[in-house]
Amino acid sequence: MRFALGIIAALSDEGLKAIGKGLVYGLAAIGPGIGIGVLMGKSVEAMARQPEYAGQVRGIMFIGIGLIEALALFGFVLSFII
Amino acid sequence: MNHALLASTEFVPPTTKDFSKWFEEGNWWLGPWQVGPFEFGLNFIYFLVLMALATYLLFFFFAFRKPKVVPGKLQLVAEMGMDFVKENTAMSMIGPRGVAYLGLLSALFFWILAGNIYEIIPGVNFSMNSRLAFPTVVALVAYFAYHAAGIRQHGFFGYLKHSLILPGVPPLLLPLMFLIEFITVFITRPLTLAVRLFANMVAGHFLLSVFFLGTVGMLFSGKVLLMAFSPFAGALAIALVGFELFVAGLQAFIFAVLTASYIGQSIAEDH
Repeated sequence: MRFALGIIAALSDEGLKAIGKGLVYGLAAIGPGIGIGVLMGKSVEAMARQPEYAGQVRGIMFIGIGLIEALALFGFVLSFII
Repeated sequence: MNHALLASTEFVPPTTKDFSKWFEEGNWWLGPWQVGPFEFGLNFIYFLVLMALATYLLFFFFAFRKPKVVPGKLQLVAEMGMDFVKENTAMSMIGPRGVAYLGLLSALFFWILAGNIYEIIPGVNFSMNSRLAFPTVVALVAYFAYHAAGIRQHGFFGYLKHSLILPGVPPLLLPLMFLIEFITVFITRPLTLAVRLFANMVAGHFLLSVFFLGTVGMLFSGKVLLMAFSPFAGALAIALVGFELFVAGLQAFIFAVLTASYIGQSIAEDH
């Protein structure tokens, strides 16, 4: 604990800011990463079960990707703002 | 992309200054002139907007100048594009009534595509949509469009009731759901529309900059190991250009399709 506090005390404001930026983007990417994984997996499953509906599923899949991706991109933009 | 950086061989990572430097003193090509609270002038960004506008208008002018029953090459491409937008946004999201909104949706799609495509055109390598102002304007158009469509369908108070109060919600939960729906419909939807497009274009620019500048920087670094790896970085950079082409089309499509789905939800008869 004292060691960690010592490291934090030794960091400059600039360094802390850099760590914060990295953390913002990294943490913002976790949830959407899981989300896109589930989405793609389910879409592939649906396409494999019903190949005749592959086109329809793909269209809806892209909408879902767009919606989820926005969350990760908020983190990306915020990391430049802070 | 920063051409001064390309000329020097030392690798300097791209920063957000790439996007704002054109509005600094000395980077205006013409002007700026102060008109009331606004500044007008020509710089690289506004030049790109004019280029996108010219691309958009000239493409459709020459494609549909003399429409024929058996289409020529350009008309065929334009018709395929329109048909793609019609089938995938208007018909699939709104239904047969959506054909009335085809003008809006296809204009959004092709305008955003015309802006995005300049991200990968060699020598330009900058998309106007990586300045937040331009996606914001397009998102505001979509915002007013889906509210106007809903108000025309249900009347003003009818539309508020339709979009904010969901049927079948327990009375105790109603205030909470009202708040969530209000934030979703009036705040997050336009915000996410604008920020999604903007952030994708910024991220794409960073990605391409890092790989192309990194290739040059590694090649001229004078260290054998870095020089050996630079062709791989260059190959990946070229592959990423293809990926960015895909992203440019995908973002234009997602923008149009989400606008269509918002319009569809606004004018739906019941949930």
